[in-house]
Amino acid sequence: MRLLTHNMLSSNIKGVTNGFPLRIEAEKVVEKVVEMNADFLKKMFEKIDWKAFADASRAMGYAELPEEADSSMLESDEFLQRYHHALLELHLEEGALICPETGRRFPVNKGIPNMLLHEDEV
Amino acid sequence: MWYLCVFFHRLLDYRKPEVESLAELFGAFGDNQNGDFSSKNRSLEWKLPLHHHPDSPFHFVNLPSEDVARNIANRSILVKGMYELWGEGGSYEELKDSILSYPDERKLPYLDSNSTFKITVDTFGKVTSFQEQKELIQGLSYIPFKGQVKLKNPDHNFWLIETDDYGANNGLPPIVQKSIFFAREVGSADRKLIPTYQLKSRKYLGPTAMDAEMAFLMANQAVATSGKLVYDPFVGTGSILVAAAHFGAMTMGADIDIRVVRDGRGPDCNVWSNFKQYGLPMPIGLLRADNNLPPWRPGLKEVFDAIICDPPYGVRAGGRKSGGRKLLKGAVEPYVVPDDKRTDHIPSTASYSLVECVHDLLDLAARMLIMGGRLVFFYPVLREDDFAANHFPEHPCFKLIATSEQILSSRYSRVLLTMVKTDPYTEELAEAARLKHIDFRENHLKWLEDGNLHSAVFSPADAHLTLTGDSKFTKEPKPKYRGKYV
Repeated sequence: MRLLTHNMLSSNIKGVTNGFPLRIEAEKVVEKVVEMNADFLKKMFEKIDWKAFADASRAMGYAELPEEADSSMLESDEFLQRYHHALLELHLEEGALICPETGRRFPVNKGIPNMLLHEDEV
Repeated sequence: MWYLCVFFHRLLDYRKPEVESLAELFGAFGDNQNGDFSSKNRSLEWKLPLHHHPDSPFHFVNLPSEDVARNIANRSILVKGMYELWGEGGSYEELKDSILSYPDERKLPYLDSNSTFKITVDTFGKVTSFQEQKELIQGLSYIPFKGQVKLKNPDHNFWLIETDDYGANNGLPPIVQKSIFFAREVGSADRKLIPTYQLKSRKYLGPTAMDAEMAFLMANQAVATSGKLVYDPFVGTGSILVAAAHFGAMTMGADIDIRVVRDGRGPDCNVWSNFKQYGLPMPIGLLRADNNLPPWRPGLKEVFDAIICDPPYGVRAGGRKSGGRKLLKGAVEPYVVPDDKRTDHIPSTASYSLVECVHDLLDLAARMLIMGGRLVFFYPVLREDDFAANHFPEHPCFKLIATSEQILSSRYSRVLLTMVKTDPYTEELAEAARLKHIDFRENHLKWLEDGNLHSAVFSPADAHLTLTGDSKFTKEPKPKYRGKYV
């Protein structure tokens, strides 16, 4: 699971109001090289919740992202490179996503987050 | 300018929509920036050659430039070639007059002595021997070719295309008059994609993996291209996303069956390996999620450029959603998972009818697609119903721009629907859509409820005959050459 996916997900258990962001419990993080597409990164920048993204990158052991970011920073290649690396190249291979409200664990195995709810959660 | 557009003679319903989608991709309708998406014209002007049936593989299409025509032809799956027509006629004498009267300034640049060229003879509905082809080519000596003949990679390709009475062979109505075209090739299709991606050489397959040709057509309908994000909520083995990734799109997929997305059939036989096999970039996200209760964070909207999918309609694969035992009509209390069993608990799922599935899909697409983004999906129809009377699902945020039928059996077919998001998603529109959906469900979708479609497709043939027996004489039989019969 890449951080782009993480940034889009929340805990949707019935009754949960603050299901975002899911806390990352990282057991195994891998890096996979992805070709950089600046247009895509710029487009996604507007959709991303930066605070959650930067926190998530730290939980994955990558501390190079600034706490806050605004679109003027996209002009910098160095920033773009870090942003690209954190968004698309860091993979959570094994671990879990934790619902911030209930503490429910959504396991991540082989890079696939399992977001399906139990019978009593829907 | 008008170009001669020659199609491969298959999937007839898909031909023009594909060209129109690609025309949009290559900028034939102008820039998309700040566009008014609802009134935007997304169709091209088409003409038929004299006496040709609409199902004929020969069409004329009006395109803004040769570059657009070339780009469309090169990326298209169903366009055999785009040509600049130099002359046409019902006989070789007429053809000669027509070519000679075509303006010299259009012809001479391509007949230059420093260029190389090739003439290909092609026929539709008949076979010509090499000897005949040679004679036909020699018969064109009145065109002042100055260049060198080169059979491999010439600068200019010319085509002499003849159609004859093909009616007897393929079910098209007989043509009134033979037509001959002489044209310069502007661009041609790369059908090599299809053998490369064909399913029989794909490592990881499921029972409903999308055929490669159709997957490419779907990706073209969705105008998948570099820098775009394409999502498939019923990803399965990833067969649709493979096509989108081939065209350079970023892909993301979800499925409710974790064995399919996570495990596959082993470390080298899973969704990831299907992308690796073709050297394509991996999907940027795969997850297990339920389309009925999607886990997207509140406030997230307009992230996907296209959603492409083949929803489960319960014929070959049924849909599932969360909340299995809870739904047993209240007879059973909601199942409570004991705390010590929570970690490895496998939740039961309930069946998910197509009606509900389509509603959820439209709602998801309305929220998650960017303005002008496309939703491309298959929708089943029963062929006994009058096709024109079929109602397709609607949503106030979307405009339906193409419907293409593919016949699957004598009883049912599937229609590829292409919708464009024209209005932003609001809570009010979502509510309006829900009411519209309820109305749609009551009026048109009874047969799509649990299992009805399945039984319509698989019920014994006798029952089917007695049911439709009387109407048989009053109704025109469906032409067989549409869809899979060609």
